[in-house]
Amino acid sequence: MADEYGEFYQRNRDIHPPALTPTYKTSVLRSPRIPLWSLQNSLSEVTGPVFTPDELGPLDHDLIKNYAHTGDPVGERTIIHGQVLDEDARPQAGVLVEIWQANAGGRYRHVNDRYFAPIDPNFGGCGRTLTDAEGRYWFRTVKPGVYPFRNYINSWRPAHVHFSIFGSGFAQRLITQMYFEGDPMIRHDAIAQTIADPAAIDRLVAKLDLNASIPLDSVAYRFDIVLRGRRATMFENKLQGN
Amino acid sequence: MKHSINKLEETPSQTAGPYVHIGLLPHQAGFDIFANNFSHEIAGPDTKGERITIEGMVFDGSGAPIRDMLLELWQANAEGRYRHPADRQQGKAIDPGFRGWGRTGTDFASGLYTFETIKPGSVVGRSGTKPMAPHVSLWLVSRGINIGLSTRMYFDDESEANAADPVLNLIEQPARRKTLLGHRGSRDGKTVYRFDIHLQGAHETVFFDV
Repeated sequence: MADEYGEFYQRNRDIHPPALTPTYKTSVLRSPRIPLWSLQNSLSEVTGPVFTPDELGPLDHDLIKNYAHTGDPVGERTIIHGQVLDEDARPQAGVLVEIWQANAGGRYRHVNDRYFAPIDPNFGGCGRTLTDAEGRYWFRTVKPGVYPFRNYINSWRPAHVHFSIFGSGFAQRLITQMYFEGDPMIRHDAIAQTIADPAAIDRLVAKLDLNASIPLDSVAYRFDIVLRGRRATMFENKLQGN
Repeated sequence: MKHSINKLEETPSQTAGPYVHIGLLPHQAGFDIFANNFSHEIAGPDTKGERITIEGMVFDGSGAPIRDMLLELWQANAEGRYRHPADRQQGKAIDPGFRGWGRTGTDFASGLYTFETIKPGSVVGRSGTKPMAPHVSLWLVSRGINIGLSTRMYFDDESEANAADPVLNLIEQPARRKTLLGHRGSRDGKTVYRFDIHLQGAHETVFFDV
């Protein structure tokens, strides 16, 4: 009998960036040198934390309103939405999606960001939501600006939104970055280019979605997310009590 | 290697970057935005089990502590049961006061991370019969880490269970198994396990492809 909590397919590491990518300099001292030890799943990997709607506030997904003090934040009013699926295209309901980003000027609200573009008093820059029964999520925000970072002297980050996603098992845990369709900075970005496969980079690029835009209000981008899929059975040998 | 049986490819990973705290630990980034915040306090006031602190540092390839690392911890409860529908072990109860998950950042000044939790019980291994020694699962992300790193911490006072653990015994070099041991000590009457993580070097921690 199929088990909806079966073990995960092996992660296809070819579509991810390797740990060591010398053109993104910080990775050199922060990448393990010994190969990862491949571990067949046990309960420790197929389980993971479950989150519930009562843990989130009503404005947590609305970055235009969740830190507004004197008015709305400055910037292009933007909707980011999409669907979380697994590798078998099954919608992933109840998935916690957390995002963070710079403001419209490319400045982060963070004690360690010293870029001279100003902080926006009405923009925190983070949000979170749970996917609905069809795996869909929806955020409202302002489009982040580009900003420089210390890699080479003239290194810039494309406009991007950071995404943190939980699946139904801890082995699905994923952090990534979403870019915007048509941005010429992507091909010059040392971090996007840690991914070797251009088609894989393209899957991080949200597409303009006029039909999801709100006329005379906000423009929408669509970013679908794929988490690792599960095999039809739990383990080769059944667990105690099954 | 392509998985031709799958319809879709997993979304590629990207580094969490230096400002991961904004989204995941806004208080550490320096501001207050959410009414409910996730934290390093995994055990609540009603959680059953032996109270422990797990703390340590994460070192880069030059031996310097990494002070912008984010760590998440996932563990079973004191009876060795995960709070998740996939865990159908018989004779072990869910603890209503315990989810078993938390997150924290290494301190921007000291580089130290801390979790307040309880010592987990033993969970059955994938064989369905042989137990795994008590352990917690850890997931690490930061600037410079392109895809999150997975490891486990075992408890050095469980030497008999560790010697029989099916995962530790898979690791080819016995000396490398020791990189997964948290070291029990006490401070101010509290039990503290020290678990340092080395990304490179002679003591490089075992990381798993899970």
